[in-house]
Amino acid sequence: MPDAPNYSWPPMEKRRVLGKSTKRVDGPIKAAGRAKYSSDFTQKDLLHGALLTSPHAHARVTSIDTSGAEKLPGVTAVRVIASPGTELMWAGQEVASVAAETEEIARDATRRIKVQYEVLPHLVREDDLKKAGVRAKAAGEQVKGDPDKAFQEADAVVEGHYGIPVITHCCLESHGNVVEWKGDKLNLYPSTQNASGIGGDLSQNLKVPASNVHTNMQYIGGGFGSKFAADLWGVEAARLSKASNGRPVKLFLDRATELMMAGNRPSAYANIKVAAKKDGTITAWQSESWSTGGIGGGGSPPIPYVFDVPNQRKNHTAVSTNCGGVRAWRAPNHQQACYLTNTAFDDLAAKLNMDPLEFYDKNLGLTPRAEVYRAQMRKGAELIDWQKLWHLRGQSGSGTVKRGLGLAMSTWGGGGHNSQCRTTIHPDGTVEVELCSQDLGTGTRTVITMVAAETLGLPLGAITLRIGDSSLPPSGASGGSTTVGGVSSSTRKSTVNALAKLFDAVAPTMGSSADQLEAVDGRIQVKGDSSKSLTWKAACQKLGVNKISEMGENNQRNPGGLNSSGVGGVQLADVSVDTETGLVKIIKAVAVQDVGLVINPKTSESQIHGGCIMGICAALMEERIMDQQTGRMLNPDMEFYKIAGIGDIGEIIVHLDITPEHDKRGVVGLGEPAAIALLTAIANATANAIGVRVPEIPLTPDRVLAALERRNA
Amino acid sequence: MQPFEYANPTTLQEALGMLGNRWGETYVLAGGTDLISLMKEYIETPKRLVNIKGIKELGGIQSTKTGLRIGSTVTVEELLDHAEVRKSFPALTEAARGISSPQIRNMGTVGGDLCQRPRCWYFRQGFGLLAMKDGKSLVPDGENRYHAILGNGGPAYFVSASSFGPALVALGAKIRLASASGHREVAASKFFVTPQNENAREIALLPNEILTEIIVPHEGTKNATYEVRQKQALDWPLAAASVALKMKGSTVSSARIVLAHVAPTPWEATEAGKALDGKAVTPESAEEAAKAALADAKPLSGNGYKVQLARVAVKRALLEAVRARG
Ligand SMILES: Cc1cc2nc3c(=O)[nH]c(=O)nc-3n(C[C@H](O)[C@H](O)[C@H](O)COP(=O)(O)OP(=O)(O)OC[C@H]3O[C@@H](n4cnc5c(N)ncnc54)[C@H](O)[C@@H]3O)c2cc1C
Repeated sequence: MPDAPNYSWPPMEKRRVLGKSTKRVDGPIKAAGRAKYSSDFTQKDLLHGALLTSPHAHARVTSIDTSGAEKLPGVTAVRVIASPGTELMWAGQEVASVAAETEEIARDATRRIKVQYEVLPHLVREDDLKKAGVRAKAAGEQVKGDPDKAFQEADAVVEGHYGIPVITHCCLESHGNVVEWKGDKLNLYPSTQNASGIGGDLSQNLKVPASNVHTNMQYIGGGFGSKFAADLWGVEAARLSKASNGRPVKLFLDRATELMMAGNRPSAYANIKVAAKKDGTITAWQSESWSTGGIGGGGSPPIPYVFDVPNQRKNHTAVSTNCGGVRAWRAPNHQQACYLTNTAFDDLAAKLNMDPLEFYDKNLGLTPRAEVYRAQMRKGAELIDWQKLWHLRGQSGSGTVKRGLGLAMSTWGGGGHNSQCRTTIHPDGTVEVELCSQDLGTGTRTVITMVAAETLGLPLGAITLRIGDSSLPPSGASGGSTTVGGVSSSTRKSTVNALAKLFDAVAPTMGSSADQLEAVDGRIQVKGDSSKSLTWKAACQKLGVNKISEMGENNQRNPGGLNSSGVGGVQLADVSVDTETGLVKIIKAVAVQDVGLVINPKTSESQIHGGCIMGICAALMEERIMDQQTGRMLNPDMEFYKIAGIGDIGEIIVHLDITPEHDKRGVVGLGEPAAIALLTAIANATANAIGVRVPEIPLTPDRVLAALERRNA
Repeated sequence: MQPFEYANPTTLQEALGMLGNRWGETYVLAGGTDLISLMKEYIETPKRLVNIKGIKELGGIQSTKTGLRIGSTVTVEELLDHAEVRKSFPALTEAARGISSPQIRNMGTVGGDLCQRPRCWYFRQGFGLLAMKDGKSLVPDGENRYHAILGNGGPAYFVSASSFGPALVALGAKIRLASASGHREVAASKFFVTPQNENAREIALLPNEILTEIIVPHEGTKNATYEVRQKQALDWPLAAASVALKMKGSTVSSARIVLAHVAPTPWEATEAGKALDGKAVTPESAEEAAKAALADAKPLSGNGYKVQLARVAVKRALLEAVRARG
């Protein structure tokens, strides 16, 4: 029996490809506009789908007449989704669908469907808990330690109100798909984070065998946690296709429907009391929090976050609102938890006249990774010039424009999802790596190619990678920051296995044994003896007519040292605030992140940049604005649903905490941790600048000016 | 979007012959950056569009005896790039720069900017120009953070969307309109009106007219626009001000101060302008004028902050106007 193959990552100093900043392999095709997203899909007999949605936040359908739509020339199918009697729970909920020859006809047709509603009472706002009435459901008190005693004995106590609103995912490519249901076969071209799993979900919804659905998606314009399932638009497009003689139906949500229907990040509001000793040691936490995630209410974020405060009293209330439902939003619940916790702590530090760096340092014993955070805070402070620029809260000089610094900390799991990969080495030397994963724009293609190139001793260009097609070996959904961990491990294993087979085949011809061979620089050679070598191509020719095809598998529960989970990060902000206009601008953002083994520093840094930009948007401008009178979302567009542009972002500095200790843990994943802390760091920096807490984000001029007015009163 | 007839005339006369006497049936199409969005949302459902971008005489910027002539189909970008506009009318250049998307600036026209419809979110969601529901406006008790703080006694609460409008009012510009039966000229200050009922419009233009050109007189003013905007990218000003100062030496002999994005029309603060007469523009006098300009503001439930922003805009516009330019 040969030894079990050694899959472990090459030692840091021996890596030729891994750990080297590498441009993304799909950069040119994307920049040139040749990358075809599912929303680019077009075909001669393509039909277009559209949805009719509820204009009311709460209503019962009393009658629905589709004849006007059916009569419109160009319409091929009309389907009622909410039949009479259906209770609609939010404005934007689906009522009917249409397929037609053009998108314009499909939309016109939806307007010809006559629906009568019995309008019912609604609640669409949760910021004021007093107005929630019966829609508020308390979860029951949680107590730990002896909070009463701790508050009594404390040297300093602060109480504050804090709030973070519902925001949406606002993916550049909206949710949707093209579906073709011909005979008993379905072709699905989705925009999904789950290329392997989405077909099964669709098949279950349609009650057809999973093997009848073929999925293909090459590029996706963002998902951020909102694109895992087949969803209504998948099911409707399929049924519309079937009803239209199997012609493919393209159904992508328009922006307004997208922002109302396709998920959101729940809100979190809280009245919080925290206590500390004179020296800054945190002793007690008390919170009354509430949140909404739509009609289902909203769970409590994990507060206090990262810090395990010894004495706690917590009450959470879920508010059920007539709004679209939640979906995972890049690090679900963590932004809320981070905001509620780190703002309250920052206020406590300010009350104690302590530098937050010192305050946090004092309390790191309450976290699970004190030394990691300590080193990260030190690095972050250095990068943002904390020693020079930090000042006590509000002591920022006499000018109109104030400057301030702030920080916040995060944690995340990550890891590696289940993934299978197949590597094929052909006798002509070509190499195919195949797995049904997806590249969310994060660099997954590049990372897989790098791992294969490293193992096989080949340049990136020698690897042909195929992903996004459900006929390939399955990989997990891209959620929880587990993709890189999963696909890098399965690719490592399958390429190691394939290479071992190649060594077996060529060793005899080289007068050596398989365990004496290595693959470097496009050659197979006897270890340490480049005089005994074959070019990759010559070696492969020895395969005769037999190609090598080997699998590799990552098992999420048994990653074999290739990947692991658990990371921390510190993010810091340097902001300026115009106290006459209340405008907050980002001067600099710093992100320090530990991420285990870093395969590609460049795309890792890009990921963190992206996370920071989302943090800036959430801190300064993003919010879903609901109108209690009409029950509608008033900003379901990209005009008043505000997202930062380049000029709004400032400088972002990313520091990947690459150390031998972190590296030993294998690949971890960083999509989500990167998006957690910055929004809170910005809020804290703003308080530091203007001398008063702006309780609720986003930090729009009205909120900042109101806080300043309170300070001056 | 409902199907419509599309006409592409090459002369003004031809185009005017295609217009009708009722709003809603035939629309002039310039850059389409506003009109097409409204059609996609079914807020406007015209039967016919008359594209005027092929009409040569509506384009171009020229210096004339009476002032600078700006054709109505001049794009925002062309205006922004125009050297003489930059030199003599920075108030216009700044307003153009504030239209902060290159795509909109390249497609959108000056005429279209003046004729665009309000961005009030109730209007854009189909509740009508005055946002009436059950005989009552939705705005006062609703989400009004971007609505009017002046001229908002009702029934109109929206803010005029045009950034060029206030600058042109400050500069004393004239707007020329043509119909099949002839031409007329309207002062920019008279072009914008507050509608009193749902069927009225926000501008003096009639459905059978085309805005042909704008004349900005050479008054030798020091002028400027200052916008308070939340975002640098693709966003509307929260409040803004355009000012034009006639100077005698270092003191103001007459000042026009016009607030933008705070009222259903560009809002001329006449008293504030008068308060500057005979004074030098200093941080103190600018602050005084700014206070006077907002003295009559009556914020709604959620837009009190705009009073402060408008004040700041006036003050900073005044200081910018007199800042020595290199
Ligand atoms: C996100 C966003 C941000 C923006 N920010 C700003 C801003 O900060 N400040 C600002 O001022 N604008 C702003 N704009 C608006 C933009 O300037 C206008 O959309 C544009 O100028 C309209 O010009 P157009 O040629 O595309 O008009 P169209 O869409 O073609 O027409 C608009 C209206 O004017 C009528 N019309 C056009 N030309 C004539 C004419 N010559 N005679 C008679 N009627 C005519 C049309 O019939 C139509 O009713 C913004 C727009 C967007 C989408």
